[in-house]
Amino acid sequence: MKLTKIFMTSTALAFAAGAVAAADMANEMTIVSWGGAYSKSQLKAYHEPYSANTGVTIINDDSSGEAVSKLRAMNEAGNVTWDVVDVEAADAMRLCDEGLAEEIDFNTMLAPAPDGTSAEDDFGAMLVSDCFIPQIVFSTTFGYRTDLVGDTPPSSVCDVFDLEAYPGKRALAKKPIGNVEWALLCDGVPKDEIYEVLETSEGQDRALAKLDTIKDQTIWWSAGADTPQLLADGEIVMGSTFNGRLFSVIEEQKQPVAMLWDAQVFDIDGWIIPAGLSEERKARALDYIYFATDTQRLADQAKYISYGPARASSAPLVGKHAELGIDMAPHMPTDPANAKNTFLNNYEFWADYRDDIDAKFQAWLAK
Amino acid sequence: MSVTTDTGQATGPVLAADGTPLKRSLSRALRRQKMRALMLIAPLLIFVLVSFIIPIGSMLFRSVENDIVADTLPLTVVELRNWDAESGELPDEALYAAFATDMVAAIEAKKHTRLGTRLNYEQTGMSSLFRKSGRKLKKLDPAADAPFKEKVIDIDKKWGDVETWRTIKTHSVRLTNGYFLNAVDMRRTPEGAQSQPEDKQILIKLFQRTLIMSVIITVSCIILGYPVAWILANLPMRTANILMILVLLPFWTSLLVRTSAWKVMLQQQGVINEVLVWLGMVADDSRLVLINNQTGTIIAMTHILLPFMILPMYSVMQTIKPYYVRAAKSMGATDWTAFWRVYFPQSIPGIGAGSILVFILAIGYYITPEIVGGTKGVFISNRIAYHISSSLNWGLAAALGTILLAVVLILYWAYDKIVGIDNVKLG
Repeated sequence: MKLTKIFMTSTALAFAAGAVAAADMANEMTIVSWGGAYSKSQLKAYHEPYSANTGVTIINDDSSGEAVSKLRAMNEAGNVTWDVVDVEAADAMRLCDEGLAEEIDFNTMLAPAPDGTSAEDDFGAMLVSDCFIPQIVFSTTFGYRTDLVGDTPPSSVCDVFDLEAYPGKRALAKKPIGNVEWALLCDGVPKDEIYEVLETSEGQDRALAKLDTIKDQTIWWSAGADTPQLLADGEIVMGSTFNGRLFSVIEEQKQPVAMLWDAQVFDIDGWIIPAGLSEERKARALDYIYFATDTQRLADQAKYISYGPARASSAPLVGKHAELGIDMAPHMPTDPANAKNTFLNNYEFWADYRDDIDAKFQAWLAK
Repeated sequence: MSVTTDTGQATGPVLAADGTPLKRSLSRALRRQKMRALMLIAPLLIFVLVSFIIPIGSMLFRSVENDIVADTLPLTVVELRNWDAESGELPDEALYAAFATDMVAAIEAKKHTRLGTRLNYEQTGMSSLFRKSGRKLKKLDPAADAPFKEKVIDIDKKWGDVETWRTIKTHSVRLTNGYFLNAVDMRRTPEGAQSQPEDKQILIKLFQRTLIMSVIITVSCIILGYPVAWILANLPMRTANILMILVLLPFWTSLLVRTSAWKVMLQQQGVINEVLVWLGMVADDSRLVLINNQTGTIIAMTHILLPFMILPMYSVMQTIKPYYVRAAKSMGATDWTAFWRVYFPQSIPGIGAGSILVFILAIGYYITPEIVGGTKGVFISNRIAYHISSSLNWGLAAALGTILLAVVLILYWAYDKIVGIDNVKLG
């Protein structure tokens, strides 16, 4: 075990050589996020006002994609260099399970809503893990080329499986989450029974059999930027990706693309605080979180990116896009018109079945 | 300065100028020299040790290390040894008591969910079983709440399932072959090693694909690189240097940029297909599928690895004297014979060096297959990356990595036996 310790120390040092020195200095903190337009929206809505108020310098690290494995390595080395980390709910759950994230007492550590509603009630069902402070709601949904789908644009997620009405290539994520649920839904399984069916081997086979019908017409993506690029190039007729990506293809780049709001998979993104911080750093991280997840701040972020605030009290405050000047509410996954038929990810289910179904899914893909 | 004694009367040892025996003086000087050499390479040695040898050693160890079960549930593991997994009967009260005691301590230390994640690799559902039960087990008092059997089963009926305990027992050993079995599409069961269900077998297939495609890529590099290296080696220095830049230029460009560029080139609405359609060589509705499959991976990786083939070939070919070929021709050899019997054999060390470089690099490639490989063009390294960063099954990732390392070493050994490693030259 000593060997492992030495190795992990050296790796962690390599991981964050710069941040080590920085994090120890008094008024700096390292915040980890996804990069790109998303990090920019956080910079504008959270970091800049927070730095202005407190004088704390915030260092950005775009490592959220590898957050879980890096945090594990840092933890084994006993040298955590990150202060606040932005992760998806499923990852937060795993970090919590592994003891790598700090447990949060929501009502005392987070701001109440302006009308006095406790944080716990304000976030409501978004609180899916004891360690996870929700920030935004996003959806994985389909975008399609308006010029390639004929006169009747797709209106249901099952149109993805309809090769006759909508011939051409599609793009789906190279992982089972989302795809198998859609497949079962379009194979006639009622929405509230999908995870029951997926628990069985026959149910998993059924989902894969449905996906088989479009397998050779599908491009499987692994980066969120793939589908927007494939749509813009006319490589595919329709493809799944995050709704914020589609927003920028449609509204910012003005491509002939439209969005399908049907059975989109709801997901939550938010903050965790790594376990093992010194008291001083933990206090500062909590202070930042208290500020950055209050009602106004969450609503502010929606000015820069089309992801819905996780607090119920923030929704009425969502305004116009900071640069385009368009109303953001209709582009939010949380908007009532868009959220008529949504699909909520079952995190508990995937925490258990992820490895199992993924092995099956990859074996199926390789066939 | 002269130090020898009279040769006629060899009495006593040979002495150095300062009176010490020459032998000792010499060995002292040698030792000092060695120390100095060691000091000079010390920075490199320490660097290699810390950044290469220790991590690899630690990786090898992770593939068999399995302390977590015995460390988290120490009393339970002892009790499990007395339980007959084949009996089909549930363990007795003593085991449940030990389990309750272990779990209360583990929950206190927040280690129980980590164990759940570990066991979930083996049996689906363990993760939530440990997480959910943890909340309730926490309230038990190991000292006062006996008997435990019913209480624990009440918390979750899976604790009353023989299968749960069999899984824990099977994976309670401190050193396990479980990860290696998983890495070759098998699994560790109470009845010994068994193969995975057929619909989950993927890793052997990926290993084979990685090897086959790496060979194809290496061969393509030889075929494409050999004429280029030959031209470079036979042109006047000044022209050759300019052309060399064309070889090196992509070498200096970021790997990601080059891979993404291939995407633009190869996709169905991409440059190559557009040109072919415009020329009328391909119908508009039957454009070639050049990407997101094995073809894409082979094309992109051949391009990316080509400089590693050309450079060693070029430097070996430069040393081949042109008058050998001229001599062969003057003695009546045709162009082909002169090339095949005289020039080519001399260039083999370059091909060997290039092939080893390209093959070993190809076998561990990750990002290019991920971007252009689609589903059928991905390598085993993509799976290793998945287990490192997504599933967090580092034991399995380590086992896969170890096997990959072993395969490379075996191939290297075979190469040495067949071709001879002395025949490899970088110039």
